[in-house]
Amino acid sequence: MRKQQEALRIHRVTLFGKQYESAQVRAAVVLLVPTIIAIVLLFIVPVIQVVSYSFTNYNIATGIKKYNGIANYKHLFTDDRFFKAIRNTFTFAAFKLLIDTTLALSIALMLDARIPLKKYLRSVYFAPVVVPVVASSLIWIWFFDPGIGPFNQVLSALGLPTSQWLYHEKSALGSILMFSIWKGLGYNIVLFLAGLQNIPPSYIEAAQVDGAKGHQILFRIRLPLLRPIISFVLMIGIINTFKVFAEVNVMTPKGGPLYSTALMVNYIYDTAFTSGKMGRACSASIILFIIIFILTLIQTRLDTSKSITME
Amino acid sequence: MASLRKKINIPVFLFLLAGSVVMIFPFVWMIFSSFKTVADVYTYPPKWLPSSWKFTNYKKVFQMIPFGRYYFNSIFTSVAQTAIQLALSITAAYALVVLNFPGRKFLYTLIRSTMFVPTVVTLIPLYLLVSKAGMIDTYAGIILPQVLSAFTIFLLVSFFSSIPTILFDSAKLDGCGYYRILSEVVIPNSKSSISTAMLFAFLGHWKSYTWPLIVTNKAIYRTLPIGMKYLVQESSSEYQIMMAAAVMAILPVLIVYLFFEKQLVQSITLTGLKA
Repeated sequence: MRKQQEALRIHRVTLFGKQYESAQVRAAVVLLVPTIIAIVLLFIVPVIQVVSYSFTNYNIATGIKKYNGIANYKHLFTDDRFFKAIRNTFTFAAFKLLIDTTLALSIALMLDARIPLKKYLRSVYFAPVVVPVVASSLIWIWFFDPGIGPFNQVLSALGLPTSQWLYHEKSALGSILMFSIWKGLGYNIVLFLAGLQNIPPSYIEAAQVDGAKGHQILFRIRLPLLRPIISFVLMIGIINTFKVFAEVNVMTPKGGPLYSTALMVNYIYDTAFTSGKMGRACSASIILFIIIFILTLIQTRLDTSKSITME
Repeated sequence: MASLRKKINIPVFLFLLAGSVVMIFPFVWMIFSSFKTVADVYTYPPKWLPSSWKFTNYKKVFQMIPFGRYYFNSIFTSVAQTAIQLALSITAAYALVVLNFPGRKFLYTLIRSTMFVPTVVTLIPLYLLVSKAGMIDTYAGIILPQVLSAFTIFLLVSFFSSIPTILFDSAKLDGCGYYRILSEVVIPNSKSSISTAMLFAFLGHWKSYTWPLIVTNKAIYRTLPIGMKYLVQESSSEYQIMMAAAVMAILPVLIVYLFFEKQLVQSITLTGLKA
């Protein structure tokens, strides 16, 4: 009983004009200090530094680090390789988002139909997502081998023209795209499927009672109700395709034939760790961040404007 | 209402089945091929099954590269990263959900804002920081910069928020301090959600590529993915050996996946977390 009374007697402190229980504040400080240290060291300091280094000619090979204004940015805008990397990234992102989203959405709609082995099928489609990208890249490097790769062997057995896959400027990025779609598809399927399963069956039954046909139910009920998930998938998709690095680095370590597979992160990596130009790599990182940020903003804008016209 | 229910849609089912064969084919190919001989790999038309089932390629992986060491490095760093990340995230999420303290909203926003800056953006300053601290080619250098995860914190925040507050109140009445509420109420009541977060963190670290690539120069500190990247360059198209290495890297993950698929899929749909 005494214990309970003691517990009920609460010490209070006033901080910034508000009352807090001092025990809670003390516990919060102790429990949060490690996270705050981590945020400062792993987030705040690097964010400040990436901005400030981007205005220097910091070169890790020579150790020189001098302020040089916007010289890095000027250089980037005249650098063919950088432009190529940006163009590759946008091409890659556009095709990946388009193919990935439509394919995943169609498969999710099909998985939502009345079919046997539903769980097994979902597991199989999702499996490539959990596997380490480097390991699955190794398999696909063989698939893409122009000489002894299964792809060309099957194509030539069928009498179709073969491809140089990763080893030709025209097909290299497309090959990585194929891999990337295989790898990422299951993730979006799972998200869409969850969205579809959240639609109350009564909506669909009601529409059926009213005589709605399959395609009407799809376009008037299921897809509109799925819209928040679709835009979420697109947003995550944009951000993630701009972060792609590992598969390109493993399959085409030097950025592919004529730098045709190099994406922005590969450019940043090359600039920093092959050429040692840390300052310039930081400027490229800032540009990457700005692009991702703008795309995210556009996406959220489009989304809200659509929801307004809907109502 | 039964008449309104759709019948089993056979064309759709067959299409999905065909699709699932495409999805699983690379893994089947990998497993069969890891037993192939060089001659099997180079024959035309291609052989689907190896001519004999011997573990020679698996042995060769260990002879060609310090694969055992890579494996150890991957397990050690992933476990350490997961443990530290969970400790940070559990305490932070608990404080954010249960405790009332000044700056709580600000901290919440700050943690959220870390999600808007992709890690590749801060990669270089982080590398330079670690390099100045003399932590290149050390386990600490691989582990420590990878332990902050806003995703894990928010995943746990959402789990902890679902614990009925009456449990906290009655614990307080029983004379529990705020640390004991964490250790005796929150953690025991969220065992399954914490293990989901743990599983996620572990799989993420197990496949982590960019960071271990840049902070390791010496082969002995390479993790599995990095070692495998160099195996591609060193094995010069000995695909059967690459496949044996891939099997060893993928199999543990697939086994974990089969056991915990439900939790994985659930938390993905909960947070949209990238696996």
